[in-house]
Amino acid sequence: MEQENSPRRDFLLAGLAAAGGLLAACTPSKDKDPFEAGAVETARASGKKVKLLSVDGEVIEVDEAFLKPVPHLPPVSNSEARLGIPGKKFVMVIDLSRCKNLKKCQSACNHAHQLNPGENWIKVEPMQDAGNTAPFWEPTTCMHCDDPPCVKVCPVDATFKRQDGIVLIDSDRCIGCRFCMAACPYSTRVFNWGEPDLPAEVASQPYSAETSIPQKKGTVGKCDFCADMTREGMLPHCVSACPNGVFAFGDMNEDSVTNGAETFRFSELIRDKAGYRLMEDLGTKPSVYYLPPVNRNFPFQSGLENDKQPS
Amino acid sequence: MENSDLIAEDKIIQDLLPQKFGKWGKIWTAALVVVCLIGAFAYYRQLRYGLVVTAMRDYVSWGIYISNFVFFVAISLVGSLITAIFRLAGVKWGSPLTRIAEIIAVAAIIFAAIIIIVDMGSPERFYFLFTHGRIQSPIIWDVIVITTYFFISILLLYYPLLPDMKILLRFRERSGEGLHKFYKFIGSFWQGTAAQFRLSEKAINMLCIAIIPVAFTIHTVTSWLFATTYRPGWDSTNFGAYFIAGAFLVGAGAVVVAMYVFRKAYHLEKYITESHFEKMGRILVLLAMLYLYFNVNEFLTPFFKMKESEAAYLNGLFSGDFSAVFWFAILTGMIVPTIILLFKKGRKPLPVMISGILVIIGAWFKRYLIVTPTLLHPFLPMHDVPASYRHYYPSWEEWAITMGSLAGTLLVITILVRIFPIIPIQETIIEQHETGK
Repeated sequence: MEQENSPRRDFLLAGLAAAGGLLAACTPSKDKDPFEAGAVETARASGKKVKLLSVDGEVIEVDEAFLKPVPHLPPVSNSEARLGIPGKKFVMVIDLSRCKNLKKCQSACNHAHQLNPGENWIKVEPMQDAGNTAPFWEPTTCMHCDDPPCVKVCPVDATFKRQDGIVLIDSDRCIGCRFCMAACPYSTRVFNWGEPDLPAEVASQPYSAETSIPQKKGTVGKCDFCADMTREGMLPHCVSACPNGVFAFGDMNEDSVTNGAETFRFSELIRDKAGYRLMEDLGTKPSVYYLPPVNRNFPFQSGLENDKQPS
Repeated sequence: MENSDLIAEDKIIQDLLPQKFGKWGKIWTAALVVVCLIGAFAYYRQLRYGLVVTAMRDYVSWGIYISNFVFFVAISLVGSLITAIFRLAGVKWGSPLTRIAEIIAVAAIIFAAIIIIVDMGSPERFYFLFTHGRIQSPIIWDVIVITTYFFISILLLYYPLLPDMKILLRFRERSGEGLHKFYKFIGSFWQGTAAQFRLSEKAINMLCIAIIPVAFTIHTVTSWLFATTYRPGWDSTNFGAYFIAGAFLVGAGAVVVAMYVFRKAYHLEKYITESHFEKMGRILVLLAMLYLYFNVNEFLTPFFKMKESEAAYLNGLFSGDFSAVFWFAILTGMIVPTIILLFKKGRKPLPVMISGILVIIGAWFKRYLIVTPTLLHPFLPMHDVPASYRHYYPSWEEWAITMGSLAGTLLVITILVRIFPIIPIQETIIEQHETGK
């Protein structure tokens, strides 16, 4: 994706700065703690220089003492998270011919969103179109419908659809009635039946609808298309975790989707490979498209060993 | 009231004044309180640990709490049936039953509201429904209509009580100081003047007219909670009428059981006569057949077609995991009561009461069947989930809370019956005068 470059560079810079900051933290300093507020003004040059990439793309040298840690993700406000990113319409394409039930998408997603054991936002299901056809593996995520039944039935506006097509949950608003779970025909929503098992520093964070962290007891959770990553111009965790390139993600307005290695023109991909959406007849207008499992890369059996039933 | 055995006014008052609990009354109340306390303890556990103490999981995300909610909503419909429909239709014989019906309606609607809060994952945010409510959600429609129905039911219980309050206030030593004060607080402004009677009559008539559409709406909206979702088994246009028919049936069943119990416990044979049971029996059989008709409508059309999405659900009901409960509910809830009540001998008090009990039990299981099997048959297969997600059998906490709510309803009924006359005294006296002339 073209538009990815600039935010990615920003991100690189931020990461470098953070790494530099960490380095500085490790070197013992006789002076004041460089991380304290106003420390930059009082800090004396240590003489040690660190090379960094500037915003303009030039390599610059900065004295170690003037480095400050940069927060990894500046969290967006609740109202910003509700609006979404203007001009975007995020879509996902799942190529069924490439899936061998490795479940890397699932474990990456569970890890990134701190899901509890047994709770999955992505599920990989063995499917069969008809009795006489070969079975295949079908990963399912939240479909981020354009006409989402879950949003329609929510009594308190806890689940909402943004202008970029992403459907999210505000855990600070959710009353736990679970009507959205009853209404969703794709059964993608999960509920925090008990207190989520989170490290204390995560649990005490304010809830962010874009990262869906921290999950809260008695509220609904769901796949969020990694809205925090897309804001950075990066791919959702499931997309980058899949070694077979099953998932492609992108912007419908830009008409391009990518799985990280390959980039496709979205409309051509859907047209040439006969892409379809799940349960189109229900009229929910999902944003997740499937490519039928033709010319498969793997036989169905190759994923069976990963399909041990969790109990 | 039969013309032949006129009863003196004083005797009527003596017969109908609220009576102190006897030995059995005390045991009964204590038992109910114990069940309620166990339920409260289970709810404390649920608040503390979350809904994880229930057996509900991501697929069966609604369980017996919601079944119970639908059951309570259904049983509360009887208030409007007996009070409003009888009154507007000019059915005179029903007047001794109105207070019983209204008390049941009020108790059931209170616990319908409570059980829905119990089902919430974050009950401390209940007020969000009012501060952040969005009108396009059927839950908000339910909140509005249940609240309306609750207030109309309370008023329909209260207004006809006022003339009786005046009588009750005359028996200070019998009611005791505390109750006397309470009666005085709620009813001392009632002088019994012609103007007040006219006003009260008008108000009751207006409420009776208002409660019928509200009652129909509350059941229809409750059915829409299910029918507005994309689920095989709930995707039915029949649901509104099906729920209303079922609600009338179970409400009438509750009334005949209550009639029998109060008649026995308070020796009201002269007021709740065999002819009342005969007539309620006829109504019950009509309602059972009506509900059966809607059941045929509900299941025959999808069963005939056996669409892919519905097939597993329907097979589960008719011959699979749920078949025992399903046929039990159909038989005990509709067919057996119909057979009993079709015979003249079956419309004696005891068999009518037994039919009422069968109807109530059948109805409770029917509500369970409306909620659970559908949730266990989603469109996409259940896969990649823990084994506990694939089945549903309520945990002890769920049973305790459910039983606690049922006991709570009975407790509210018991208390209301203890402090108010079960049969309207003033109305009985007036009717006696009219028929006596």
